[in-house]
Amino acid sequence: MKILVYAEQQDGHLKKSAVEAVSFAKQSFESLGNINITVLLGGQVNQQAAADLGKYGANSVWMPAQSTLNAFEVHLHSAAIQQALVETEAEVLVMAHTYCGKSLAPRLSVAWDAALAAGVNGPPECAADGSWKVQRTVYSNKGIATYSVWGARRILTFTPNALKPSDGASPCAVTAWNVSLDSVSARTRNLELQKVQGKIPLTEAERVISGGRGLKGPEHWHLIEDLAEACDAATACSKPVSDMHWRSHDEHVGQTGITIKPDLYIAVGISGAIQHLAGVSSSKTIVAINTDQDAPFFKVADYGVVGDAFEVLPQLTQAIRRLRKG
Amino acid sequence: MNILVCLSQVPDTTTKISFTADNKELNKAGVQFIINPYDELALTKALELNEGGGGGTVVVVHVGGADAEPVLRKALAIGADQAVRINAVPMDARQVAGEIAHYVRSASFDLVLAGRESIDYNGGLVGGMLAEYLDWPLVNVATAIEGGAGGSMVVCRDMDGGREKLEVNLPAVITCQKELTEPRIPNMRGIMAARTKPLQVLSPQGVAADMQLLEHALPPSRQACKFFEIHQMDELVEALHQQAKVL
Ligand SMILES: Cc1cc2nc3c(=O)[nH]c(=O)nc-3n(C[C@H](O)[C@H](O)[C@H](O)COP(=O)(O)OP(=O)(O)OC[C@H]3O[C@@H](n4cnc5c(N)ncnc54)[C@H](O)[C@@H]3O)c2cc1C
Ligand SMILES: Nc1ncnc2c1ncn2[C@@H]1O[C@H](COP(=O)(O)O)[C@@H](O)[C@H]1O
Repeated sequence: MKILVYAEQQDGHLKKSAVEAVSFAKQSFESLGNINITVLLGGQVNQQAAADLGKYGANSVWMPAQSTLNAFEVHLHSAAIQQALVETEAEVLVMAHTYCGKSLAPRLSVAWDAALAAGVNGPPECAADGSWKVQRTVYSNKGIATYSVWGARRILTFTPNALKPSDGASPCAVTAWNVSLDSVSARTRNLELQKVQGKIPLTEAERVISGGRGLKGPEHWHLIEDLAEACDAATACSKPVSDMHWRSHDEHVGQTGITIKPDLYIAVGISGAIQHLAGVSSSKTIVAINTDQDAPFFKVADYGVVGDAFEVLPQLTQAIRRLRKG
Repeated sequence: MNILVCLSQVPDTTTKISFTADNKELNKAGVQFIINPYDELALTKALELNEGGGGGTVVVVHVGGADAEPVLRKALAIGADQAVRINAVPMDARQVAGEIAHYVRSASFDLVLAGRESIDYNGGLVGGMLAEYLDWPLVNVATAIEGGAGGSMVVCRDMDGGREKLEVNLPAVITCQKELTEPRIPNMRGIMAARTKPLQVLSPQGVAADMQLLEHALPPSRQACKFFEIHQMDELVEALHQQAKVL
């Protein structure tokens, strides 16, 4: 089976999701035997980093020869992927369910006339009749649905952090790929780009420290940031915290905010309302810190501390620093 | 501008989710259905864009059964001029987008707004698929929308690791994220007016679905919480390191 993987880059660096996408394709379909994975890079990156995708299962990597794709524009990228789908004769397209993936996959599903299994939690179960069984969370993490997917062409997008990439194979060849997009033009014009500088993007983070109204004001956020720094975590917050502008809106997690799935989620001074949990409850390990021993968060947490955040946080930060030093 | 807003109806955010005995469907007993929160923002934004000058009509469209009519009436009460219901059982995003695309082609809209995602199936797909069916540009996850008069709009959108401001020509499909505006609550006059506004029911084209839902399950339940005292932070860190293996 021929598989095309779309691997995202930003500013010339492969995103974490690029390696995950290659690994996801390999782990999903290697049991079928005789698979061939071509990776299309969504822009130009370092040659070595591109070749290293072979370690995760890529058979070949296509690096755009032109700089046209270096900045993300959904219509250009969608056209480039369609071109690569034709050239590779792929039957399956794999990409991450990130902001880019969420813009591209639905367009491609219609343009390429492919069934789209979006935001799946793990590799599909491949049935003997050729159909897939996939699982995804629904009702904002309050349920899991199993679907059957069929059709000659299929697109699979997976939630970031869905599986641990495993390397082991060797680097592969990187081909300069001619993007022939002469007949296609960008359909949006970039006016301004604001990048969150020097922070771990929330959706990619393996660890997240999140603060709620219990922190009493933005001036206390250094406690959250110190803990985040001590364990290389991203920071997040509850909805009222971003509504009150204590923290910027892109940190808001929950049903109406971002959905995340880190390995570790530490909730500090957050009650655990159902709408908040909707965005975080599939985190692997949850720690709750709250003065109220009856706070709903303790019902879903794996570990809990009943106590005042202002006392607990410095102690916890110190303890983590001790572990990391020792 | 003539603006179409795609509305889905979803269980209220406080709903405790459970499924029918065969796990095929949501247990609807006692569930309150609401306009998907992002679609509510889209509707409010559509009204604001037209109030800001130019005028035009705002139509809401839903693909689904008659049980959604209270939600469509609510949209009319909030201020939409007209509601359209395409009478099909929604199966997947491609079917829903395909049905809406057919309706859009039969009318003349400058702009289609949808939600960033529905909070029940969380696909985030209908808007993008609709854009492709129509061959219109797409801006996904917009946090601000301005302009329109000169045939283009300026939109801010969320992206991985930041935010982008961009310009897009009309007609276009834009999907809506919070921060765009605050949802409007219907007032008495709106509720009265909604009774006489048109709610049109259309027959579906019969666009096929690609996926079949086999079953639902509840997320695996978690183990009971293990508590640590404030003087036991080293023990907590040890547990995160050794047992959970997340540090
Ligand atoms: C339609 C809708 C959508 C929503 N979407 C979201 C969403 O996406 N995300 C979201 O987060 N919320 C969402 N909400 C809001 C949600 O219902 C809760 O109101 C919100 O999550 C509460 O935030 P909080 O826990 O920070 O504040 P609170 O509920 O005020 O809780 C503060 C907690 O801090 C504890 N505390 C106080 N002092 C201390 C201290 N010194 N040390 C430690 N703990 C302390 C308290 O015991 C309490 O448990 C939504 C609501 C609605 C209606
Ligand atoms: N049955 C439906 N009828 C009309 N619009 C819908 C329907 N389902 C989804 N939508 C629109 O598509 C958006 C994204 O939905 P989804 O792809 O299901 O996450 C929603 O916010 C709505 O604007």
